[in-house]
Amino acid sequence: MYSERDFLSVSAPVNLKRTALNRVHRGLGARMVEFGGWDMPVEYSGITHEHLAVRSAAGLFDVSHMGEIEVRGPEALALLQWVTSNDVARLKDFQAQYSALMDPRGSAVDDCLVHRFGPEHYFLCVNASNTDKDFAWIVRNNRFNAEARNVSVDYSQLALQGPKSMAIISRLARADLAGLRYYWFCHATCCGVEGLLARTGYTGEDGFEFYFPPSESEKVWNEFLEAGRADGLVPVGLGARNTLRLEAAYALYGHELDEETTLLEANLGWIVKLDKGDFLGREALLHQRERGLRKKLVGFELIDRGIARDGYEVRIGGRAVGRVTSGTHAPFLRKSIGLAFVPPEAAAVGREIDIDIRGKSARARQVPLPFYKRQH
Amino acid sequence: MYPQEFLYTKEHEWIRVDEEVGTVGITDFAQKELGDVVFVELPKVGDHVTAGESFGTVESVKAVSELFAPVDGEVIGVNSKLQNSPEMLNADPHGEAWLIRIRLADRRDTEKLLSADEYEAYIAEKKSD
Repeated sequence: MYSERDFLSVSAPVNLKRTALNRVHRGLGARMVEFGGWDMPVEYSGITHEHLAVRSAAGLFDVSHMGEIEVRGPEALALLQWVTSNDVARLKDFQAQYSALMDPRGSAVDDCLVHRFGPEHYFLCVNASNTDKDFAWIVRNNRFNAEARNVSVDYSQLALQGPKSMAIISRLARADLAGLRYYWFCHATCCGVEGLLARTGYTGEDGFEFYFPPSESEKVWNEFLEAGRADGLVPVGLGARNTLRLEAAYALYGHELDEETTLLEANLGWIVKLDKGDFLGREALLHQRERGLRKKLVGFELIDRGIARDGYEVRIGGRAVGRVTSGTHAPFLRKSIGLAFVPPEAAAVGREIDIDIRGKSARARQVPLPFYKRQH
Repeated sequence: MYPQEFLYTKEHEWIRVDEEVGTVGITDFAQKELGDVVFVELPKVGDHVTAGESFGTVESVKAVSELFAPVDGEVIGVNSKLQNSPEMLNADPHGEAWLIRIRLADRRDTEKLLSADEYEAYIAEKKSD
């Protein structure tokens, strides 16, 4: 028995970047994996166990590999309006929004979170694998009186996610937590370290992300784990991070989003504000809205036994019509689910499609998204 | 730690032979490498299996792996409990979570397989890679 196709491949950490917590993960016995050029933990106690812990209690993730880009200046807003899809002018001080860095073809250079400190001061959280690309893109398109800085090395980042996360963070953070609503952030001191605490996350649960200077990362990590131990807080790796976000139907760059897919095709029309004024890709999106999409992202669950994996072919009536972008056996929902691109005319909840699972055809049914929505 | 009465393959299957009937499973090393098993696909009773060729798959959350037959034979039993409880493979790979039982075509096929000591040496080498 060997891995015909390992979806998270393992390689020696020779030239890989490491977060400030690398030693801690290895000390916890984490299975490590290469991700976007980083040596990261994929699992500690098992993907299923970690996934279920986040849905029922809480999980702690080291997401320090993510990138942070600061944008400041009298025309910081204008620069961000030009390069992103969402309406940055709607943000109030200490508010955040999900958005995309745009390309003139209407596709995403990356998806990101935009945070506003004030009218002339913002920061973006971007994907680890795209940080350098994103920064270069912003700089290249910066014809404004504003400055962008890649401050990724100045931040470690932890995500605390799950229904118990508010109870746990309350023991750790000196901050006004009562007033911190979902998708807002504040200055906070946790474990004696000053940083930013955002009520954001990628799991579909309530949760927080703490951005802070890396020098005391181990202390912060250990204090978080200790504070949450009685509530069932466990460390969680990239394996469960992926199954959690997939149940919540969140996009993963390189799968649902890439340079050949427009935001409308990826079901992200809700973060496109065509009325905000001109921006990179606006014209291409308007054009596409008129002429029609080339493909549409849908969610499905398998009817037949099996698991649909990333890249498997989608067929209708025996004809190949698209691909699975992300697929897995969902640990909480206990069924095989996935996202796939199909021709727009074939996209309809309830309609059946076939997935080619390594030569065998398996029936699937299109279902509404998200697959999982938290009730608490 | 690896049962002495089993024989092993380099692809991490084990076989316990009683007369001309062999019980086949995957090793503890294999289930650890896989992670949480969520799906198992096995042949039907009456199917033929060929030494070194795939007879099914086992899937974890993050990977798909083929199962290779240690010897030639005919499937005379399939562990149906694994369909509803694939996680048994992680819990008891050498016992309750056997995969198939086969009638060996030729008992001498087992001569090519590894003993428990040889298998342990083999995986010790792999771990240090």
